Amino acid sequence: MKSLRTLAVAAAGLFAVSGPVHAATEITFWHAMGGQLGETVNTIAKEFNASQSDVVLTPVYKGSYEETMTAGIAAFRAGEAPNIIQIFDAGAATIINAKGAVKPVAGLLNEFGAKFNAEDYIAGVRYFYADNDGQMIGMPFNSSTPVLYYNKAALEKAGVQAPKTWEEFEVAAPKLKAAGFVPLSQSHTPWILSENFHSRHNLQMADDANGFDGVATEIMYDNPDMIMMFTKLKSWLDDGLYGYYGTKWGDNQKPFIDEEVAMWLGSSGSFGGLKASAKFDFGTTYLPYWKSVVSEGQRTFIGGAALFAMSGKTDAEYKATAQFFEYLTKPETQYFWHRETGYVPITEAAYELAKSDGYYTANPDAEVGIQQLSLDGGEWTKGYRLGYYVQIRDVMQREYDKIFSGATSVPDAFKAIKEDSDKLLERFAKTVN
Amino acid sequence: MKRQQFQHPYLPYLLVAPQLAIILVFFVWPAAQAVYQSFRLEDPLMGIGEFVWFDNYASVFDDRQYVVSFVFTIVFSTLVAVSSMTIALLLAVKADGILHGESAYKVLLTWVYAVAPAVAGIVGTFLFTRNLGPLYNLLVSTGWTFNPQVNVFDASFTVILVSVWKQVSVNFIYFLAGLQSIPVAVREAAKIDCKSEFRRFWTITLPLLAPTGFFVLVINVTYAFFDTFGVIDTMTRGAPAGGTSTLVYKVYQDGFLGLDLGGSSAQSVILMILVLVLTAVQFRFLERKIQY
Repeated sequence: MKSLRTLAVAAAGLFAVSGPVHAATEITFWHAMGGQLGETVNTIAKEFNASQSDVVLTPVYKGSYEETMTAGIAAFRAGEAPNIIQIFDAGAATIINAKGAVKPVAGLLNEFGAKFNAEDYIAGVRYFYADNDGQMIGMPFNSSTPVLYYNKAALEKAGVQAPKTWEEFEVAAPKLKAAGFVPLSQSHTPWILSENFHSRHNLQMADDANGFDGVATEIMYDNPDMIMMFTKLKSWLDDGLYGYYGTKWGDNQKPFIDEEVAMWLGSSGSFGGLKASAKFDFGTTYLPYWKSVVSEGQRTFIGGAALFAMSGKTDAEYKATAQFFEYLTKPETQYFWHRETGYVPITEAAYELAKSDGYYTANPDAEVGIQQLSLDGGEWTKGYRLGYYVQIRDVMQREYDKIFSGATSVPDAFKAIKEDSDKLLERFAKTVN
Repeated sequence: MKRQQFQHPYLPYLLVAPQLAIILVFFVWPAAQAVYQSFRLEDPLMGIGEFVWFDNYASVFDDRQYVVSFVFTIVFSTLVAVSSMTIALLLAVKADGILHGESAYKVLLTWVYAVAPAVAGIVGTFLFTRNLGPLYNLLVSTGWTFNPQVNVFDASFTVILVSVWKQVSVNFIYFLAGLQSIPVAVREAAKIDCKSEFRRFWTITLPLLAPTGFFVLVINVTYAFFDTFGVIDTMTRGAPAGGTSTLVYKVYQDGFLGLDLGGSSAQSVILMILVLVLTAVQFRFLERKIQY
């Protein structure tokens, strides 16, 4: 018995020395970043965990954007939601309109971390996932914007400059065609030539202030400027001045990489991949705009995804989540993310850091996206928040396919887009109380 | 006739219980959920929403894309089932007649059975890749302005071709087994009576193969309706212009990708009824004509 008592005393002594066991708060982060992007997320998580001892963050890759969202929703309904979930632009309305499902980032930071200040963020990303008072609900994570890539040798051969406006494109395109190229292709028509068309020209997309003031029930895609744009695209296609290679992103990027197409509208985030696959020198510039519609092209929307803090967690977990968001928005973290992935930095401080570090002197193309997002903005450049938007994009893609294959006329296509989208919006409004 | 009865009154129930439990958990319960969900419009997270009666069904039939998917599914399923069964039957009859090296033929013909639909789709995507795929180049060299990324007909052609290719081997196995179960005595008697091989096939072999054929038809319709999902998802994702989206794929697009739980539940209930009716029709009208 004596030996047992000694052991107990010794054990007690040991605990006294080590003090109360310090338990770190564990939080989970579900994301949709596969491949190289996933590696970068893991690096950030690892460095965050190493930088402090209060929180252990576990990133989990859940598949595509849609798969991540569906998995998160199923988990939420089962009371097993992750602390942080990455939700893409088209899904944002669903999670934001589900009142009480997420803890707004601005409130979370104010309550558990540093004070939230909207001015810290780049103008172009500040509002997209925010409420109408500018209070951020989701933290922009991977943000990119559409830009124009051009094959320098092809443009030189044709003796033209990269077009700033569509009017300039109309002049340059026949020369590029004569030089043996299809002048232009573009990926993701709903994102680039629909949503961002509205932002670039400061046009309204939907009622209720693009869905920011309430639940939008009316789409405004059937406006004369859009109809003009697509009438032009169709006639360019017929004249061999524009190439349409399918609905998938890669269908239209590939002919540019293969040097069939001289210019390609893609994402600022495509830069890294293009650098690796294109065997020619290419340049980057802004998304063209119509001088006839707007005197000066406005800033574009961001695409990509944001991080949301799911509700129903303990204060300790909220605190840990806030701590991670603070780490994520640090200039060094953002600069690292920007450099590794090509996504734009989301804070002014990070942008300044990249500039002062001379990153853009060495890589001028990497700055185009963020410059475009920092252009002047108007009433309709904040973003959009539309329900069942995944389906609305499908409707647009379907009708655009029909326009380009000649199965329907441009006005009829936009009439169908309007009708089908309004039905979807109306149904969505019924799910929001 | 004396009815056979178990001695113990509970034993039969106990014996079928596991099977019933599986049906209950994996079919009846989710199906009931789908029916309930189809009468509601709710947000996917909080589950707040309203009971809308048949509104979801009304919107489904009001959706022009649903009509397109419906027609495509019927055409697609018919072509896939008919073509894959015809080709498989032809191959089975020929393989059945082979005397030398028959196992080599059989192995090669059943090989594809091991390929999952999604994998078949990826192989198909590669074969039809613009400028690179061998089948793309072959079709273009015939003068066809083949463009499955933009042209609905061409896209439908590719998914049908891959779906048929994938299914031929399954049908082949059943048809071959069916042919080999036809008694040799019957065949030999037929040979003595009739010289024409085609007539022998038509009047003797085919009727004797009918039970197998009926079974294969039922599984082919189910395959074309449901299992081709993987092919569509990896090859076209319903594009271009929503022209290759089957009803199952549309349920997935609206429910899983678009998170419209009410609308997609209504679609799956309609689909369930459709397949039930189709199967009932097959049993009611076709099975009667078959002699087992």
